Amino acid sequence: MTAEATNMPAKARPSLYAIDPRTKRRNAAEKRFRLYGVAAVGFGLLALVVLLSSVLGSGLGAFRQSVLTMQVPLDAAVLDKEGTRDPAAIAKVTTIAYGKLLQDALTAELTEKALLPAGMKPKDVGGMISKEAPAQLRNLVLANPDLIGTTVSFDALANGRIDGFFKGRVTMESAKLDSNVSPEQLELAQAMRDAGLLALKFNPGFIFAPDASELRPEAAGLGVAILGSAYMMLIVLVLSLPIGVAASIYLEEFAPKNRFTDLIEVNIANLAAVPSIVFGILGLAAFINFGGLPQSSSVVGGLVLTLMTLPRIIIPARAALKSVPPSIKDAALGVGASKTQTIFHHVLPLAMPGILTGAIIGLAQALGETAPLLLIGMVAFVRDYPAAPPEGFFDPASAIPVQIYSWTQRADPAFTERASGAIIVLLVFLLVMNSLAVVLRRKFERRW
Amino acid sequence: MKSVKLTVSAVAIVAASASGALARDQIQSAGSSTVLPYATIVAEAFGENFSFPTPVVESGGSGAGRKKLCEGVGENTIDIANSSSRIKQSDIDTCKANGVNEIMEVRFGYDGIVFASDINGKEFAFTPADIYGAIGANVAKDGKVVANTAKTWADVKADFPAQDILMFIPGTKHGTREVFDTKVIEAGCKATGAYDLFLAAAEGDDKAKEKAAVAQCNTLRTDGTSVDIDGDYTETLSRIDANKNAIGVFGLSFYQNNTDKLRVATMDGVMPSVETIAKGEYPVSRPLYFYVKKAHIGVVPGLQEYIDFFVSDDMAGPNGPLAAYGLVPDPELAKTQEMVKNDVAMGPLN
Repeated sequence: MTAEATNMPAKARPSLYAIDPRTKRRNAAEKRFRLYGVAAVGFGLLALVVLLSSVLGSGLGAFRQSVLTMQVPLDAAVLDKEGTRDPAAIAKVTTIAYGKLLQDALTAELTEKALLPAGMKPKDVGGMISKEAPAQLRNLVLANPDLIGTTVSFDALANGRIDGFFKGRVTMESAKLDSNVSPEQLELAQAMRDAGLLALKFNPGFIFAPDASELRPEAAGLGVAILGSAYMMLIVLVLSLPIGVAASIYLEEFAPKNRFTDLIEVNIANLAAVPSIVFGILGLAAFINFGGLPQSSSVVGGLVLTLMTLPRIIIPARAALKSVPPSIKDAALGVGASKTQTIFHHVLPLAMPGILTGAIIGLAQALGETAPLLLIGMVAFVRDYPAAPPEGFFDPASAIPVQIYSWTQRADPAFTERASGAIIVLLVFLLVMNSLAVVLRRKFERRW
Repeated sequence: MKSVKLTVSAVAIVAASASGALARDQIQSAGSSTVLPYATIVAEAFGENFSFPTPVVESGGSGAGRKKLCEGVGENTIDIANSSSRIKQSDIDTCKANGVNEIMEVRFGYDGIVFASDINGKEFAFTPADIYGAIGANVAKDGKVVANTAKTWADVKADFPAQDILMFIPGTKHGTREVFDTKVIEAGCKATGAYDLFLAAAEGDDKAKEKAAVAQCNTLRTDGTSVDIDGDYTETLSRIDANKNAIGVFGLSFYQNNTDKLRVATMDGVMPSVETIAKGEYPVSRPLYFYVKKAHIGVVPGLQEYIDFFVSDDMAGPNGPLAAYGLVPDPELAKTQEMVKNDVAMGPLN
């Protein structure tokens, strides 16, 4: 190179406007690199769009549900044979009797409005009503025994297949092959919708109702899962934030630098990368088998997630503490503050935005975690709401990601819609938490 | 300072609540994912109609459920293990070692296993011998054991269509695989005569020979014609959706919920349905069980009522919701009801 360069005759100085080949190459390289960057971001965005559109496309339906509105005569001869209105006697009537009542009521109403197709059996008419509806009617009657003998206007959920028809999941062609619904039922459903007896309504049950069995996907909701997740996040926050902050302050400000603290440091970094299922195994051994805490409860889930979150809070907390300039510490020490005063009056408040951001991101990760919960019995069918805290921490509960996981495994295709709907709810929660972290950082973080 | 206060209050909350929540008032069960839908249907109806809380039903597999049942007696152990295969002597021994001496075995119905392809796929009428001929690693040909080289179904049996062989079968962790192995693969192995050839070639005493021959029968092809599915039936369904030529193994209840997507094959000329399985005509079926820890009856509120309700005609009977979902009702249900009512513990395995 050098020989060549020296042998070359001295060139006339090129014009600044004419770009020489080397600059051209460098410019081209830069352009290429920018393109790579744009392509990478574009690929990421594309993946996001595909994910969101598939989740939203299949999941938004879960927020709306087909509801049948009908007049139900609450026959005293069926619901209260002795006529005593004794709650214990009324409670003896099972949902099977209520199901019959609803079936007769719908058949009567359809006959009256001349909508009932000839030859359709009452059983097929009853099959259009969700199996959840009798339970809802029974609860209504048990709560208001005075209703017996009167006729009430009752909103019953439609069966999952009927609901699927209005959401495009079930078609006339698929119904011909489907052993759970017939084209006649779908035609009747369409006629009922035209007559105003059936409507797609906003479905608050999806957020507030508990899970339901495989026979009634239309009734399944996220209530218990959201409550369980909230309880666990509360436990994680209350435990991991103080422990994490205390550990990071000690390690950053007080601990001597020696082999032992180095070892601790390496272990914290290591724990942050350990697969979360390992914490589930630990939780099973430590909290359930040894500690005797109840299975499937949010307290065990919360403790396991606390263990998992701790290193993920300590690392950003230490970084936040480290980023406070030494001059502030020196100044505080210089005017006679003790080390503890320096830390709590000056360093910690300045590091707080960074610590909180780290904590929120740690919590968001814990919120989306399923694997450790598998082992402590939280991947379960739980229908009763846990009680109010603190007792409720010991009641069985579910969690949002767990609910998604168990819905994807169910046979009825209607649960696919539920699972996607639950993903939307989880994404909303994560989005809120992560934006909160960004806002906190933007608003309070100081740069030096 | 704040963090110290927070820690103290956290510890106080945990300590205060630990003392307040000792008695468990809901039933807990765990086990087979095949039994799970039935157990949830019963639990839901039980919670609706009784004043007891809705039982908690966990999945995780038959073996895992039985292991949990045998962990001991007390609040932190489950009350019921759901199982799609019968309890093993090793489980009973573990139970005994941990103080779980009396277990009730309740058979509440049967489950069928079906072979199905995409709804637009070709029609098949299988026999166990066909399945073995398609995916067994070694097959009998002219009185000799040869490696299986069949590429299409037409190679297995002349009147089958010339469609590439591809089967999605349950992975070894599934209880379904056990039934598939014994009722289809071993039956097919014996029917084709491969078993006798394996037996003749095996060494050792009679028992060792038999064992070796059965193991030979259960060796399936590893060239991609038979694929183990470790996930659930939903995974098998989506694989079939992506690969229309494939044939998958499903539970009857799963098939009944997806009749618009799957075309089911007959076995020995019998169409699988609740009726044909109940009559014993369809060959591939298995009993479903749950195991109850007797020491918990009377201690956990509602346990006796729950198991009575589970096997009642309203639930497990031919017109009940379990049959509507795909359970094959047990013809001897009345006997089971009597047994459950009297809390009869199971005797030694025979």
